[in-house]
Order: sequence, then C-alpha cells, then structure tokens
Amino acid sequence: MNIRTPDELAKLRTTGREALLTAHTRVMVGMATCGLASGAQKLYDALQAQATAQELDLSILPTGCRGACYLEPLVDIVLPGQARVTYARLAADDVAGLLAATTAGGVYAERAIGWSPAEPFLLDDADVPYGSAESAMTGATPSLASLPFFRNQLPIAMRNCGFIDPTSIDEYIAKGGYAAAAKALTTMEPERIIAEIKASGLRGRGGGGFPTGRKWETARKAHGEPRYVICNADEGDPGAYMDRSIIEGDPHSIIEGMIIGAYAIGAHQGYLYVREEYPLAVERLRLALRQAAAYGLLGTDLFGTGFDFTLQINRGAGAFVCGESTALMASLEGRVGEPRAKYIHTVESGLWGKPSCLNNVETWNNVPAIIQRGADWFAGIGTEGSKGTKVFSLVGKVNNVGLVEVPMGITLRQVIEDIGGGVPDGKKLKAVQTGGPSGGCIPEEHLDLPVDYESLSRIGSMMGSGGMIVMDESTCMVDVARYFLAFLKDESCGKCVPCREGTARMLDVLTGICEGRGQLGDLDLLRDLAAVMTDGALCALGTSAANPVLTTLAHFADEYRAHIEEHRCPAKVCRALITYTVLPDQCTGCGACARACPSQAITGKAKEAHVIDPGACTRCGLCMESCRFAAIEVR
Amino acid sequence: MTPVTERASDAAVDEVLGRYPAQPSSLISVLEDLQEELHYLPEAVLNRVAAELQVPRAQVYHVATFYKGFSLQPRGKHIINICTGTACHVKGSGRLAELLEQELHIADGETTSDGLFTLQSVRCLGCCSLAPAIMIDREVHGGVTATALRRILKQYRKGEA
Repeated sequence: MNIRTPDELAKLRTTGREALLTAHTRVMVGMATCGLASGAQKLYDALQAQATAQELDLSILPTGCRGACYLEPLVDIVLPGQARVTYARLAADDVAGLLAATTAGGVYAERAIGWSPAEPFLLDDADVPYGSAESAMTGATPSLASLPFFRNQLPIAMRNCGFIDPTSIDEYIAKGGYAAAAKALTTMEPERIIAEIKASGLRGRGGGGFPTGRKWETARKAHGEPRYVICNADEGDPGAYMDRSIIEGDPHSIIEGMIIGAYAIGAHQGYLYVREEYPLAVERLRLALRQAAAYGLLGTDLFGTGFDFTLQINRGAGAFVCGESTALMASLEGRVGEPRAKYIHTVESGLWGKPSCLNNVETWNNVPAIIQRGADWFAGIGTEGSKGTKVFSLVGKVNNVGLVEVPMGITLRQVIEDIGGGVPDGKKLKAVQTGGPSGGCIPEEHLDLPVDYESLSRIGSMMGSGGMIVMDESTCMVDVARYFLAFLKDESCGKCVPCREGTARMLDVLTGICEGRGQLGDLDLLRDLAAVMTDGALCALGTSAANPVLTTLAHFADEYRAHIEEHRCPAKVCRALITYTVLPDQCTGCGACARACPSQAITGKAKEAHVIDPGACTRCGLCMESCRFAAIEVR
Repeated sequence: MTPVTERASDAAVDEVLGRYPAQPSSLISVLEDLQEELHYLPEAVLNRVAAELQVPRAQVYHVATFYKGFSLQPRGKHIINICTGTACHVKGSGRLAELLEQELHIADGETTSDGLFTLQSVRCLGCCSLAPAIMIDREVHGGVTATALRRILKQYRKGEA
C-alpha cells in the first residue's frame, strides 16, 4: 500500500486509533534489551502459551521500554473501557494469576503498581480516556503518575516507548506518526521548517548542544550536491543508553525526523550509523525501514510532492571515536574512523566532501513533535537557553535505575532523590558523573544545580548524551578518573600526539597514585598535561579527555592527597592500599568465603574462625560479598 | 576451533560481496558481514575483499585492525562480552572480568583452547540499569554476581557437551 496524500495517512490513523483503543484487551510486555535481560521473553512466551491454551481473546504484544528499568519485567494491560494497569517485576509463575484476573475484568493486585486513566496522544495534545477510571480500581493500586519515579517526568522523546508495538508501523501512525512529515512536506517551505526548528530552541542531544535549526540552515545554504542527512546512533558514552531504548521502542520517530530534516536541507539520501553492540536496535530499524518503504514513506515522490528520500543503515564496527562527526563520516566512507580538523564544518563539507547534516537519535526524534505541536509549545518547556526535555540514564548507586525524561532546568537533586529514590543501603551520595568520558564528576554540594547545557558546563562537566551515574561513598574518585583515562587511552585513535600520548601519560600517573606510588608533584603534572591536551588535541575526544581528572581534582583533592600522602584509599577501592581480614569474633566458620575465594587465600577448619593469607589475597572482595555474618573487614 | 575451509569461506565471501556494490565505501559493511559469517577474517579473505572492492590491501588491513569488531584470529563458539561501562565499573565489573579470566584461564581478547569461549571487554553495552552486565553472543545477563557467573558458564558448557 502506498500512502500518497495526507488524507490517506489520516484514514490509516483513524482505523489504527480504533484498533489501539477499543478492539481488544491489550497485554503489552516491555521487550527492549533491558526487559529481555530481566526475563521478558520467558514472560511473553508464557503469556502467549497460556492465552492460546485457554483460547483467550487478547492481543499480547511487545513494546519498548518505559524507562523504569528497576521494575522490569513490566507488563501493561488495557481492558476495553477500563483504565490501564501497570504490573512490575513479573515472573513466569505470575502469568496464570495475571490472566485469570484480567479475563475476569479485574486487577492482579500482587504485582500491580499503578493505573493510568488515559492513553497519551502527545502529538495531538489530547489524551484519550480508556473508560471509567474507577471501574477497575477498587483495590489499593495508586495512580501511576503519583509514583515518585513517574511524577516529575515529561515524555516527549519517549512518547511512544512502552505504548506501541515497535514492530508495527500502523501503531506508530495510530499515535499520530508521520503526520508531521506529511504536514512538513505538503504545507511547509523548507525555510519555514528551519525557522520553526530554530524558534523551538532545540539543541543537539548528543553532546555539544549545538542549535539544531542553525545547523540545518547552514546545511541548506551550503554549496554542493548531493547533500546528506545522517543519524548518529553510535551511542558510545559509557553509562548512556537512551538512544538504544528510543530506537528499540520507537524506530519510526527517527525515520520521520530524518525525512523532515532531509526535505528542509534538500537531501535525498540519509544514513543511520548504529553501534554494532546494539543488535536489537539494528533489527528494529531494518524492519522499520522496510515498512516505511512499503508504505511509500521512503523512496520516491513522498506524499505526492515529488520529493525523493532513501535511507540506509550502516553499522559501526566498534570504535568510540566514531561518535565524533568527522570520524563517523570517514567510517561511512569505508575508512578508519580518524577525525580531521574542523576548519570547515561537516555541514559544508562532510561525507564525501558534500554538505552533511548530522544529528543524534534523540534530536531527530524530537523533530516530528516540534513540527506537529509547534515551536512555541516546545520553547515553553525548559529554561532560557535549554529548551524541551532531556532523557537521562539514571544509573549507578541509585535505587530507581532507568531512563528518565524531564524538562530541562530540573535540579540534579530532584532527579536523583525524588525520581531516583536516592542512594541504596543508606549510603551517602558522593558525586554524580555526567557527560560520559568528556564530562565530569559533580559533588554533592552542587546537587541543587539546574540540569541544562550552561549550568553543567559552568562547573566543568557537560550534558553529553545524558548519562548520569550516581556514585556513593564506596566509589573512589581517583579510581573513577583512572577508569575514564583507561577508556580514553584505549579509544584514542592515535592520529594526534596530544591525545595519544596525553591519555597514556595521564593514565600512568593516575595508576601510580592508585597503586600507592603517587607523588605530590603528580597533581601539577596532571594539570599541565590537561592544559596541553585541551589546547592541542584534534577532536573533542582529546580536548575534553582531561575533564574527568580536572573535575575530580577540583572537588575531591583530599582523596588524591590521601592516596599520595597517607597511602590510603578512603573509599577502600584501590587494591594496593587496602587489606581484607576476618573478624574472628564474627566468623562462624561456615566456609563460604573460602569457597568463594578464587585465589585459595582463605583457610580454616569448619566452625572455627578462618584466616586470610595477605600474601595470596588479590583483594578482589569476593569473600566479603559471600559472607553472611559481616565477618570480613576491609581497611 | 577448526579453521574455516577454503571452499566454504569462498562461497561465503561471494555471497557477502554480492550484497553490496563493488566499491571502496562498502568495505566496512562487507567486513562486518564476513566477520559474522566466518567469526574471523582470514588473510586470504582480506586479500579477496581488497581485490574485489579495489581497495589497497594495506587499507583493508588498516580498517580490519582499527575497529574492535574485527578479529584476524579464529574466535570461540560463544563470545563473552564483558561491559566496562561506567555504571558497570562502579558496580564491580573489574572484579567480574578478573573472575572470568580465572574461570576460563584466558586473558581479555583470547579464546579458550577448546574453542568454546572468546572473552572480550567492550565499551558500554547500553544496559546500565542491569550493571554489572555481560552479553554472551546476543543474550544479555544483568546484575551478575560471582555465583551467577559460574552458573551461567556451566550452562553454556553443558549446552556444548
């Protein structure tokens, strides 16, 4: 079937909406990578098998991730005419009870965590009530929106994640998908679109935060044909996974954004550059491309306007530096991913020396929402300089781990304490790391800082792609700095000297400090190296490589000094500086530690206190993990 | 692990080369598909790719050694990817890597002598909520403890028996 006009799309959307809202009982299983790793596939198979065996009239479908990874596996159920109920942490043995309660028109209270009254239709600005909210909610189930994790969130980028079947283009269209592309292509001049994106204040969500509209304008005005649009889905920052989740849960939103962008700058060819570590994302995108082409939404003469656009997927081959625009384009050309100096920007001379407009996944995915709802709506969200929302991956030492999408300008404290539920096990928060290896560590005293591009840069960190890794008192900040430098040294492409040698030397110095060989002059040496790299490196990987060191030096200098002057690691992480011992009074002689020890360093008779041989001990800490009597001490 | 026979790899190379236009820009895609089919890139295969795509052999070698996704050595039946992302690091992935090396008696990047496992550390797997995470072939295992790791390895070994 070919969609030739906006009217044909609208018809498809009407039928799709009816199917979505009224036809069946919908049982939606969160089946993004995180859900699958938590057992969603088993759950899905069990649901299918039992529903078939009992001949139940249900649609059981996979959806993407709603972000609440700590509650996985998640299932949402909508009975016709009743509120949507969200179930969390379901196991295979919950399936029978869940189906029994559902077919009886009720709620399986054991695992229900919240209900929602209406299906959100963000692009239409109109939520559609599922039916009478109270009917099903006789028990104690709270409303989902009242839960701390969901209360302050505002899904724009993640509008469809967890709500639609990402393998169905019809469901995407039912939610208002491709309407923005139809509107843009049939009713807007390219300049109007660019003006709209500029007015919205949208900035790049991948790292630098460059204004998207300005980038498009330059690309449109640049000389040279053909021109290209590119999606950077080489999400490389360790600790960030929102792009994977958006692709897995809503792949068409990216394709639609790219159609609009291509039309605006005058490109007819686009590339999706996806990490090879994301096999499911690649699979979902491939299917989405085939579906869009089958509907005539990619290919020739889109919406009968005469505009042609084709899109292809290229997989990254495992190189962090390929997230950098010039390296990414070199890789697309089939070469090694070495960056070049950007005297001439890629928007003017990029892929094969032609004007190339590169944005990341979340940026492209915001575009249809802006076109559909208007720049004023988008610009009304966020702060003066940072508009809209941002998806953060809230991970590390925090209770509610997952993806959270919040308006720009919310404070770090709100994100970590209110949404994230604070640090587990009653420990104290020490720092939060943002911006990936180019970012920095923000100490507890800055938690009331609003999260936006400017505020984060001002204290030496950056927004980056939205990783937010919470660290507690048991995280050593020197070790964290060493970790990032090890990462960057490994991923430095080796083309320019400041980065290649600078990362290696910094790593040497930091390793020395972690191993108790540090000297006071090391801190000055680190600062000197940082200055050279920041000024002299070729691309952002090198110029920002010192940030993790500089921010930890600025905020946690006492930890560095403890390592150097006292040969002490306050967080008890750095192995050369710690020792494990058995507390004889606590030890019951159960032998669990001796069995767990990979180096056979623990000996003792049954029911008698055991002993650790410090010479054989590698200080891996497995004994401490295995002890149920708190009888192992680390100093 | 038995090396891929020449004939079998020839057929696979033909098939993969047929998927892409014979031009230099297809290089990475071709090598990726071949890596998937053959589990490594033998020298003869690299030479053929160079000839077919009209890319200097030096450049093919450059690309094949620059990207971590390619291997010039035969790899194991199961690839164990251990995530070294930040969230995994703060939750103890270093210890997990060490334990894997001890259990399998190989270092990072190596293959067990029975050809069953290849161990490799990877940049973030994008499963930060499941830290510490490992991915064996395409399956992600989250919140991996020492005990869980031993159990997982046993399962894969049993599957082989």
